[in-house]
Amino acid sequence: MTTVSLTVNGKAVSANVDPRTLLVQLLRENLRLTGTHVGCDTSQCGACVVHLDGKAVKSCTTLAVAVDGASVTTIEGLAHDGTLHPMQEAFREHHGLQCGFCTPGMIMAAVDMVNRRGHQLDEKTIREDLDGNICRCTGYHNIVKAIAAGAEAMGKGAAPVRQAAE
Amino acid sequence: MYAFTYHKPTSARQAATLLAKKEDAKLLAGGHTLLPTMKQRLASPSALVDLGACADLKGITVKGRNIVIGAMTTHAEVADSPEVQSAIPALAYLAGHIGDPHVRHRGTIGGSVANNDPAADYPAALLALGATVVTNKRKLTAEDFFTGLYETALEEGEIITKVSFPIASKAGYAKFRNPASRYAMVGVFVAKRGSEIRVAVTGAGEGGVFRWPEAEAALKARFAPKSLDGLKHTAKGINGDIHADAEYRAHLIGVMAKQAVAQATGKA
Repeated sequence: MTTVSLTVNGKAVSANVDPRTLLVQLLRENLRLTGTHVGCDTSQCGACVVHLDGKAVKSCTTLAVAVDGASVTTIEGLAHDGTLHPMQEAFREHHGLQCGFCTPGMIMAAVDMVNRRGHQLDEKTIREDLDGNICRCTGYHNIVKAIAAGAEAMGKGAAPVRQAAE
Repeated sequence: MYAFTYHKPTSARQAATLLAKKEDAKLLAGGHTLLPTMKQRLASPSALVDLGACADLKGITVKGRNIVIGAMTTHAEVADSPEVQSAIPALAYLAGHIGDPHVRHRGTIGGSVANNDPAADYPAALLALGATVVTNKRKLTAEDFFTGLYETALEEGEIITKVSFPIASKAGYAKFRNPASRYAMVGVFVAKRGSEIRVAVTGAGEGGVFRWPEAEAALKARFAPKSLDGLKHTAKGINGDIHADAEYRAHLIGVMAKQAVAQATGKA
């Protein structure tokens, strides 16, 4: 067993884990942060996307021991004091989900997209950058609309996403 | 996943010592091939030596007429590097089209090159640009390095430290992506440096990445997409699978080669 210490959603946490433990297992099973999902478990579907030191990664393909000392943001870390993050609000407003299974990964990927590309995202860019996230209900149309709106809302001084530096 | 011991050295030298000491140890770079393989129990190393904390394996520098990329540099870092974008834009483009954004945040050039997946993108760039693979023991040309399907010249205990790319005067990369995995069904990298022209093909060959001499000769006469008109690659030795048969892939080689030249000459 190895001790892993990291900052998750702004809080210092540590856990004693077998080296085999994946980051997603640490989040879900040790920390009970079950908003991060496991869909395919083969690095394709993106339901497990979290931010690692501010960058979107697939937590099902990352060892927990490898990210010792890092800062992780999960879907649970986006809302502040009961107010949805603008990207979450945009998904609600534009009905960017049906069953909701892929949604945490979609939203974390969307916020990462804004961090990388700014607040004005065209449809082509959004669709291309959603390469790593699969949705089996919506046909993506409303997800794309939600991300464009959420990106814009994030630029209008709506509450900033909790970042790695925090 | 089977159990393993985990080690996190802070330099390539420490990593080499650990690798020599632990029997059946494997190096962990970005982990985007190794971890899925271990999850499926297709690999069961007794120890993992994680290169993630080896600062000496990271970073991008311009050295004379070369771009030198540390083995642990991620695809996203290569794609976003102003140095790479200005020296060899086709290389930045290639790195920016590997997998998806999340994969590019973890996957590394060293890991990709060491794995030599027959459908990986980087091998085509290394071969076409005449890159040198630098290890903790020696320097190898791309031609000597890639030896076959998932096979490289790397020996036991040898670690890739960096890849050095001579700056080409013109270069382009075009790939026909598998719509699900984004791996190259066929990817063609063309590069012109002085009078030397190289055309390297990935995703298609039964033995992994290879050069296409006929296309190189045709482009030597004139470096333009039109020079490849009527040139067809044989389907012999080309992969066929559920995604595309050998004839289809052979045809794609010609199409992608033309697109790559168009990109290299600014006509894409």
